[in-house]
This record gives sequence, structure tokens and C-alpha cells, in this order.
Amino acid sequence: MSVSAINASGRAGKVIPAGSYRMSGLLRSEWTKMRTVRSTMWTLGVTIVLAIGISAIACIETRIHWTRGNAVGFDATSTSLIGVFIAQFTIGILGVLIMSAEYGTGTIRATLSAAPRRPRVLAAKTLVLGLVTLIVSEAVAFIAYFLGQALLSAPAIHTTIGSPGALRAVVGCGLYVCLLGLFALGLATMIRHTAGAISAFIGVLLVLPIVIQALPSSIANKVQPFLPTHIGQSVLSLQRQPHTFAPWPSLLLLAGYAAASLVIGGILLVRRDA
Amino acid sequence: MIEAKALTKRYGTKVAVDQLSFEVRPGVVTGFLGPNGSGKSTTMRMIMGLDAPNAGDVTVNGRHYHDLPWPLHEVGALLEAKAIHPGRSARAHLRMLAETNGISLSRIDEVLDAVGLSSVAAQRAGKYSLGMGQRLGIAAALLGDPEVLLFDEPVNGLDPDGIRWVRNLLKGLAREGRTVFVSSHLMSEMALTADDVIIIGKGRLITQIPTDQLIAQSSQRFVRVRSPELTKLRAALDREGATTVLADDGSLSVRGADEIEIGELAGRIPVVLHELSPQSASLEEAFMELTETSIEYHGATATVGSSKGAKS
Repeated sequence: MSVSAINASGRAGKVIPAGSYRMSGLLRSEWTKMRTVRSTMWTLGVTIVLAIGISAIACIETRIHWTRGNAVGFDATSTSLIGVFIAQFTIGILGVLIMSAEYGTGTIRATLSAAPRRPRVLAAKTLVLGLVTLIVSEAVAFIAYFLGQALLSAPAIHTTIGSPGALRAVVGCGLYVCLLGLFALGLATMIRHTAGAISAFIGVLLVLPIVIQALPSSIANKVQPFLPTHIGQSVLSLQRQPHTFAPWPSLLLLAGYAAASLVIGGILLVRRDA
Repeated sequence: MIEAKALTKRYGTKVAVDQLSFEVRPGVVTGFLGPNGSGKSTTMRMIMGLDAPNAGDVTVNGRHYHDLPWPLHEVGALLEAKAIHPGRSARAHLRMLAETNGISLSRIDEVLDAVGLSSVAAQRAGKYSLGMGQRLGIAAALLGDPEVLLFDEPVNGLDPDGIRWVRNLLKGLAREGRTVFVSSHLMSEMALTADDVIIIGKGRLITQIPTDQLIAQSSQRFVRVRSPELTKLRAALDREGATTVLADDGSLSVRGADEIEIGELAGRIPVVLHELSPQSASLEEAFMELTETSIEYHGATATVGSSKGAKS
């Protein structure tokens, strides 16, 4: 192994490009990172299969046991989107791993050596994760919706995408999952450990509602609309659910949570040693 | 060129790096020596902008790392072996680094070839040995064909062949006019590789000197003397201008007089001798002596003049 093989251009010929490293390079790099580990394919694969599968099963189940009485208050749209319950966790885990795996493996040192301006690195991760999860979760929502409506054949009732609120619920469902993924990325940037960040994420989705429920209902009812789970209910349902904000304000609130967790994560990322 | 000025890093109340100032010049291999836990890795992380100093400053080519427009084109570093996602291949790892700094993808094959990982480049890194991990880290450091190179304990986990390869690589990189900064806790390794050494202990600079000068200083011979009438002999040696140190085992270490002079002196007094043996301190012992007072974790039975009790 000769040293000259290592020095491609020779000392004299070394030309450093003009300007400085760019966002486009960071985005490409984050995309490479994401697609070259199995955990991404696993979490996305499980999201697609389980979210669509569970939705389909719920619709088949409803159709088989359909009685006239079911029609009262039946929401065909949200039934076909029930798989979002799984998708929110798998996408959340993906959001966590995008950052926590870098700390777990030490790759973060290589990442920050290549791009020492840390907010840019987090921005690139946010954009790539956001785009990938948005595409996947919207695709899953639409497939689950159309498949579910087809399975809810007569005498069961179903909706069409043109029905009032149906399109909003399907699009909102994808946005809901995507925003939770970004929220999870922010959590992982703060916590830096896979297990800790996943626990925190699950805590917010599963434990927090139980804790709030235990409070006196006068307080609980005021707090519940702010919970991500109630945001999800609001978005998925065609009828307005109790103790929720309207669907779009709910999603805006969730976007606020995601932004807040990313900003806090970003500040800690800049302040702490890597 | 790397310049550190009064660089200081504290973790809580523990001072990891203490007022450390040094210069690493281009064109030579500069060894960064110190016992484990003496602050070498912390210093390297501060150079790379990964850890923020509590006080002081460090620049690469006159700039803070954070402000380098194309970091990988200017600085390459191997900071820890196997700091790579176990599920990602060597090629993918290098690719994600290359993309951030606009480095052509053909350069990836060049560096993989240079470190001898071409045949396993598509394998998941989790399957790599420690040595292969080191080679991948070195490939990553070379990726941007940088002017300044940092290597933290690069020979760890390498077989003798690999160690020799790293030595030649470092020397070759320096010959090309690059700044090569390499840390080690092994004096013997640095003696073979480094032109200059910066020695630290407990985060403080002990000395920065050319390696050959350090070797010349430390290969000083001394003579070990045992005698039932040591006090008498010692007084006579002191009068002759020799330096004497009483060791814990009851022997006397004499510098400034050789075994012939000491033997003749003993005959003139006269004093009975039980031992009169010339000794030469190894490089490793000289290093231990230098860092003795600054070693973080002393063994319980540390003895003066011996490296046995010190954490190695």
C-alpha cells in the first residue's frame, strides 16, 4: 500500500471548493444514512403492513358482525384508519432511531466532524425524516381508507373520499403520524438514548392520558384536548369528539409540539458536548 | 497547523485538561503522549469542535473547527475505533461523509483501497474486527485528502503488520507536508513514529520536545549499588559530584559516575560492595518517570524508580 495512492491530488494540487458545505449535501447524507440501515426498512415496513392490515381487519370484523344497530354513530372513515394506532409508534421509533442510533454507535462524532454547524444537521434530519414519513404515512392512510371502505360493503355503511370530512380525516391521519415522528426526533435529540427516548415517547402517548384521566374531571376535561392522543381522535373522526379541539387547530397544536421538541433538542445539541 | 492556547476542560469538579498550550507543525509526525485518562482524547475532541473548552482556545489552520467551510477537506480524524453504525457498510459510512462535503464518490473506492478494505466494503460494519474498524476510521480520516490529520490511538487492535502499516502511513503523510497529530499511551510506539512529542499528564503539559532529544535524555545510564555501608559510600559519591538516589529496596542509584569510578572509590575508602551493576532506563521508564507525579490512578504498591506500580 503506497502512500501516494492515498494522496489523490498531491499536496500542490489540493483545491478546496469555493463557498462552504451546503444543505443539499447534508440532505443527501441524511438520506444515505436513513436508507443504509435495516432499522429504517423495518420500521417503515412494519408501519405499512400493520397499519393497513389492522385497519383492514377492523373493517372485515365490522362487516361480518354488522347489525342494523351498528349504524348509529358508526364512523366508517375512522374505522378504516384505526391502524394509525400502530403507525404512530413505529414512526415514532423511526424518529427516535434517526438520532439516538448516532449517539449509540458514536457516528454522531463523524457526523458533526463533517458538518460542525449542528442546527444544520438537525434541520437536514428533520427535513429528510419529515418527507419520508409524510409520504409513507399519507400513502398508508389513503390505502387503508380505500381498502377499508371497499371491505365495508353493504349492508355495512361506508363513506367515499368525497363525503364531508373524509378527505380531511385521511390527509390529517398522515400528517398526525408524520408530526409525531418529528416530535420523537426532537425527544431523541434531547435524550440521546434509544431506550430513554422511546420510553418518553410512549409515555406521552400511553401513560400521560391515563394520568390526566385520574385527575378530577373538571381539570382533566380542560387538559385532554391538548393531549396528542386526543389530537389524533379529533383528526380521525368525522364527528367532533368530546374534549377535543377541532381537527385543524389540533394538528396545528401537534405541529407546535414537534417544533418545540426540535427547538429544545436543537438548543441542547448546540450546547452539549457530542 | 494546530494551535492550543491555555486549553481547559472541566467535567464537574474534575479537570480533564488544564491550561494546555502547544503547537502541532506541518511536515512532521507529532506524538501526543500521556497515560490513560490524562486528557488526550478530550483534547482531540476539543480540536474537532465536539467538546467545548471551558477556557482557552484551539484552532486548526488558524480557524476554529466550527468555522471551517469544508471541514473534511481540511481536517481528517480517527477519534475512536468502530464509531460506526453496525448495520451500515463501510462504503455507506464513507458515502454519507463524502456527501456532506461534496467529495466525489470515486474517492471512496480510493481510500477503501488504500486501507485494504475494498473486499469487505459492502459488508455490515458490525462484522468487522477492531482492526478493520480502525482501518475504516483511517479511511474516513483520509477521505477529504486533508491537510491536517488527527489519530487517537490508531494502532489499538492492529496486528504487527497493521501497526507497521500505520507507522509508514503516518510518516508518509507527514512527508507530504501534512500536519499529523497522533496520540498514544505507548512511548515505545511514539519513539518509532513521531518526530516531535507532546507529553501530558493529568491534563497538563509536561513537555514538548523532539523525540530524539527525549530519547537522548532518557537513555541516561545509572549504576545500581548495594553495600552494607551505603551511607559512607553515598557521602563519598556526593563529594565526587555524583547524583545519588536511595531506592525503596535499599539500593543506591548513581548517576554521574560509572561502575569503574564507583568501584575504585569504594576500594579507596574502603567499603564492601554487594552489587555494582550498570543499568539503563528504558524509554518507557523515562516516560513513566516524567508522568509519575501526574498519573491519575496509582497502584497501591507504587515504588520509586520503577514503573511496576503505575497503571499501564
